[in-house]
Amino acid sequence: MNKKLKFGIVVFPGSNCDADCLWALKDVLNQEAEFIWHESKNIKKYDCLVLPGGFSYGDYLRSGAIARFAKVMESISDFANKKNKFIIGICNGFQILLEAGLLPGAMLHNKNLKFICEYVNITVENTNTPFTNRCAKGQVLKIPIAHGEGNYYCDERTLNTLIAKDKIIFRYCDSNGMITDEANVNGSIYNIAGIMNTKGNILGMMPHPERAMIKELGSEDGRLIWQSIIDYIKKS
Amino acid sequence: MNNYDIEITDEILKEHNLNKEEYNNIIKILGRKPNIVELGVFSAMWSEHCSYKHSKPVLKKFPTKGKYVLQGPGENAGIIDTKLGIGIAFKIESHNHPSSVEPFQGAATGVGGILRDIFTMGARPVAILDSLRFGNIKTLKTQHLLHGVVSGIAFYGNCVGVPTVAGETVFEDSYQDNCLVNAMTIGIVNKNKIKKGIAKGAGNPIMYIGALTGRDGIHGASFASAELTEENQKRRSSVQVADPFMEKLLLEATLELIDKNLVIGIQDMGAAGLTSSSSEMAYRAGTGVEIDIDKVPKRELNMNAYEVLLSESQERMLLVCKKGNEKKVEKILRKWGLHAVKIGKVIKEQKFKIYENGKIVADIPIRALTDSSYKYFPLKKQKGIKPEYLKNININNDDIKVPDNIEEIFKKLISSPNISCKSNIWRQYDHMVQTNTFTLPGSDAAVINIKGKDLLLSTSVDGNGRYVYLDPFTGGMIAVAEAARNVSMSGAQPIAFTNCLNFGNPEDPEIFYQFQKAVEGMAYAAKKLNTPVISGNVSFYNESPQNAIYPTPVVGMVGYIKGKNKRYVKQYFKNEGDIIVLLGETKEEIGASEYLKEIHNMVKGPVPGIDMAKEKALQKTCIEGIKNGIIISAHDISKGGLAVALAECCLSGKLHNEKAIGAYIELQSDIRIDALLFGETQSRAIVTVKRENLLRLKRIASKNKIIATEIGKTGGDRLIINIDWAAKKYSKKLNLDLNEIEKLWMTGVNEYV
Repeated sequence: MNKKLKFGIVVFPGSNCDADCLWALKDVLNQEAEFIWHESKNIKKYDCLVLPGGFSYGDYLRSGAIARFAKVMESISDFANKKNKFIIGICNGFQILLEAGLLPGAMLHNKNLKFICEYVNITVENTNTPFTNRCAKGQVLKIPIAHGEGNYYCDERTLNTLIAKDKIIFRYCDSNGMITDEANVNGSIYNIAGIMNTKGNILGMMPHPERAMIKELGSEDGRLIWQSIIDYIKKS
Repeated sequence: MNNYDIEITDEILKEHNLNKEEYNNIIKILGRKPNIVELGVFSAMWSEHCSYKHSKPVLKKFPTKGKYVLQGPGENAGIIDTKLGIGIAFKIESHNHPSSVEPFQGAATGVGGILRDIFTMGARPVAILDSLRFGNIKTLKTQHLLHGVVSGIAFYGNCVGVPTVAGETVFEDSYQDNCLVNAMTIGIVNKNKIKKGIAKGAGNPIMYIGALTGRDGIHGASFASAELTEENQKRRSSVQVADPFMEKLLLEATLELIDKNLVIGIQDMGAAGLTSSSSEMAYRAGTGVEIDIDKVPKRELNMNAYEVLLSESQERMLLVCKKGNEKKVEKILRKWGLHAVKIGKVIKEQKFKIYENGKIVADIPIRALTDSSYKYFPLKKQKGIKPEYLKNININNDDIKVPDNIEEIFKKLISSPNISCKSNIWRQYDHMVQTNTFTLPGSDAAVINIKGKDLLLSTSVDGNGRYVYLDPFTGGMIAVAEAARNVSMSGAQPIAFTNCLNFGNPEDPEIFYQFQKAVEGMAYAAKKLNTPVISGNVSFYNESPQNAIYPTPVVGMVGYIKGKNKRYVKQYFKNEGDIIVLLGETKEEIGASEYLKEIHNMVKGPVPGIDMAKEKALQKTCIEGIKNGIIISAHDISKGGLAVALAECCLSGKLHNEKAIGAYIELQSDIRIDALLFGETQSRAIVTVKRENLLRLKRIASKNKIIATEIGKTGGDRLIINIDWAAKKYSKKLNLDLNEIEKLWMTGVNEYV
């Protein structure tokens, strides 16, 4: 079946990975994708929303803290409650999902208190999801990060729930897939790089899959994540 | 009501940096005494920063034309043609003084200013580069400045979403009190969307967009306020504060306005803010401007005309649109959460007319402010005198003992601040956003993809203040040559460059000599390499009571890689078993080197010689070899010489997500071992090829009259250099474990960032 999926990429003032996500989905993966202005309420037609990276509203207060009040966010929980609708929040998008309470936990400043931009390795912890079905369990993906506040934190109870329900999707690891403190680049609890909600249709992740799409950029592993969601929706 | 008609005393003139002669000229221009507002306007526009009064006659020596030049110097930024329907706009600018006082905000606003210069041309910024210089890294002061500057650049560039793709960081004592922060931006623009800073069409509205005007950056305002008004409120003249979020909105709004053809002319309010932007726009169009101070959006209460005209608040732009289009402009600005306010109009009379409370408070001929050929313009005819220090600056190699502890020397060099790895700096910059960075920081040049076109951009920013200090002409040549060489190492043809000329006080004839000679050297090299200058910036007065900085011209080069294949290479060894070839010849040159400074504690010449014909031939050889797919990796030899360059080829794969690869090298040479390993002879490169392509490379090299010497093979986890010093019946060996040298390489700077 060659039907194209409809992706909507939400543009907040200060988003700056919006164009990269559009490029990844439209030009590289040949899907339908367009921008959604942050004041828009008409988001029903999309199969999957992408909250891209950037510095929404400058993020002078706390990453994502203002963006969660954007008009488009009012319709987002409705969207998420519908069947066969998916949301991916990347970097600042992940932070916004946390601030909006659509995913549990919060972001702290990186443990070294500095912005970090570099390629990292993450393991795929759960492959039975709409976002990772193309991956093998424990597979190591090489995908870049670029953030100052990516130190994921949650309380112990939440962490235990995430673990028990298998909602931790990605963890920082070394190139051999070993989960080590050294590989935990920003200091996230339990080396968490990406999580999913209970229903399993919202993914938040700090690494940028849209930056790992062609070999010239250093890795094509990001494709696996997008391709997983495309395959999943097409099958369902 | 403000009373601006005050007595202009000598003290007031001094605070405005105007001399008696200049003041008398102002009176001649106006036919009367100026009021204090007008004096402020003259003072700003006749400052070195705006008028280039010392540098202009010298800058004329630069070649500025060529088949690729769409826009040369004199606009917000220069533009080169790609012949593919798009132009590449770029410029470099200094923010040295603010950064020395307040490193974070100084560096951040420096990045902001240069970004605006690019997007006012209608170009979307695709890359930022920066060239930084500090004093001794062991001092707390330098560590504080370094930390502030790097975080400031990161804060701004990361937020706006423009990747910081390349740069250089240098440490020399002469910058201890005057750090240098030069930022460069590259943008791409559709050729039919290029905009300029022109106020065309009498009657057209002048619109103000962006942030509000505050009292930041007003020079001499402290005095002015005391004299001007009765109010008690304490006025402040502070370092400008950066707001990258505002910049991002301004960027998107500006490009949308240009895309919808609503812009006649547009310019950033940079140095001297509203005054310089409006008068320069009028000058370029041969018009005048009329501005109403009351309409200018202000951040603070009771700001008077003097303050509003001279404020340097950031993230503001001035735009001229067609009369009747005001509403359309406002609508787009509103979409981005910004405002557009009509503050005046273009007039036919070539005058700078300012109104406040309905009364005219400044009335000045435009040309008197902007045109260096204007009769009373304060252009200086400074003469340079060869500095005393240059008379006894060169060593004789024979006076330096040939060392035998080469392994120790190598280790010291690889961990020295100017050679060691700077990855902890660029790790703080988002260098991947926009998904175009094909070659990440940590190679000779960054390579940027232009989506949808058969084109890659290659860019590098370089300078060597020590060379220029020791030999201004040769140093100037090398600055251009090295930037071009770095770009050609990626496989790109260097096309044009921008430069930032950082010097001391030009009123000192010895400093002026450095400036003249350096520019002459740069201009000579530019002509030989066929790379014109398309934009630039001069920063004088980089001095403290102790010393002037090394004369430091910085060159930002841009080159093209064209064709369907878009073939490019990086500096590091790619595979095991490749053949390592040295292109060029090594001479007995140790003067001016890092080796001489770090090991012998001497800053002495002679600076390595450079033959521009040979330089061009070397670059041609590399470009051709890469284009044909023969050369697999290419790295130029610069600071630290051959041994350091080889180590970088071994190690830097790791910075690009690949592994370190060792090398086995055999050198046969009669020249002294320190010159052989650590000398900085110009026009050399290390390239790798497959065994079966060696002959093809040699053919290309010999066609270009470049000596190509097979010196070894890649592989293993050690860097081994065997030296057969034939004539002296003496042989030496460097045998280094890559892990060990990598650790050393990571110490010099990274541990302080």
